[in-house]
Amino acid sequence: MWSWDVAIEVMPLLLRGLWVTLQAVFWGMLLALVLGLAWALLRRSPRRVIAWPVRALVEFVRSTPLLVQLYFLYYFVLPAIGMRAEPLVTGVVALGIHFSAYTSEVYRAGIEAVPVGQWEASQTLNLTGWQTYRHVVLPQAIPPVVPALGNYLIAMFKETPLLSAITVVEMLQRALNFGSVHFRYLEPLTLVGALFLIVSLLSGILIRTVERRFLSPAR
Amino acid sequence: MNQTLSLLLQGLWNTVLLTAAAAVVAAACALLAGMGRISRDPIVRAVSALYVELFRGTSALVQLFWFYFALPILLGVSLPAFVAGVLVLGLNIGSYGAEVVRGAILAVPRSQHEAASALGFTRRQRMRYVVLPQAARAILPPAGNLLIELLKATALVSMITITDLTYAADRVREHTMQTGLVYGVTLLLYFTLALVITGGVRFLERRVSVGLRQDGVH
Repeated sequence: MWSWDVAIEVMPLLLRGLWVTLQAVFWGMLLALVLGLAWALLRRSPRRVIAWPVRALVEFVRSTPLLVQLYFLYYFVLPAIGMRAEPLVTGVVALGIHFSAYTSEVYRAGIEAVPVGQWEASQTLNLTGWQTYRHVVLPQAIPPVVPALGNYLIAMFKETPLLSAITVVEMLQRALNFGSVHFRYLEPLTLVGALFLIVSLLSGILIRTVERRFLSPAR
Repeated sequence: MNQTLSLLLQGLWNTVLLTAAAAVVAAACALLAGMGRISRDPIVRAVSALYVELFRGTSALVQLFWFYFALPILLGVSLPAFVAGVLVLGLNIGSYGAEVVRGAILAVPRSQHEAASALGFTRRQRMRYVVLPQAARAILPPAGNLLIELLKATALVSMITITDLTYAADRVREHTMQTGLVYGVTLLLYFTLALVITGGVRFLERRVSVGLRQDGVH
């Protein structure tokens, strides 16, 4: 049954995997935040040839499995454009694109919540479209949605084990490798679950703290 | 070519089956745990909360491997891959659904509970005939989103060798080497299934809103 010796032996391996996971989440989230904002702004474009394809793309990415998107990128897109398919980079790109579909919806909600008067005032002040977004709309639209974005950070973290499918040696992959060598699956897999739980709960607490900061009436 | 197509279709069918079976498990878990979290019994509340936190706090793929590889060591019996898949997907999505159910029940106005009590309804009747039918309207839209999350999550079972759409696509890719085409078609098939789900949920939303005015009052 459960053996603490095995647990202690496998722990350093898993922690190294956790470090890979955290790196993937960091870069993936950065990409998702930037791309998501780009989608959110583009789909508000008055030109339909821009707005419509972006909406379709977001809808498509959001409705299809990340795993298949990973395979598609890893086995097809990256080789086709002549890039060597580096697993971790592919994983980061896939996570970033997949979650940008979600973050774009979050940004959209934030932008739509900015009162019409703010737009009108910007127009009166002769601000260009870009200036309006940069100095008036986005500074009001983004702070309220930070907690929602944070939730997607946790969601992304929980999707990282999928990267093992394209041979990224993150936590799950390390646990499975250990399992296949020593034929002990109980301890490594349970510990991976426990590590996920701990990091998720801690990040949840962190996000609620940030939430109080951003949503405090003092601002 | 024919073989390829039949393999993909078989995978598609298994994905539909998995989604449907796991949706039933998820709905049951969501209702039980959602009501459990606002139960009067502290033990029921604690068990429901533990379930929700455990399954929402960890990764679906880790849960799948745990149920498939680790649980059999603890229990001494191994689960068939399909059963493990349905169980884990159902429990996972159910834990998110539980929060939806809880929120929807709490959003039913207090006066509705009081009116039901005044009419002499028992707690069970109050839940069954007054609260849940009203909560259903608030549950449906997020449930539709969860159903799409579930559909997407079924792709994970390809990693414990169930021949779902993703697994079939992987096999076809190995045979044909038409990587872009195979995964492109697969993504489109998933997207089509998602559209069907969205359409179905919209239909249901209209059904449960029959007899309501725009402002949502009977």
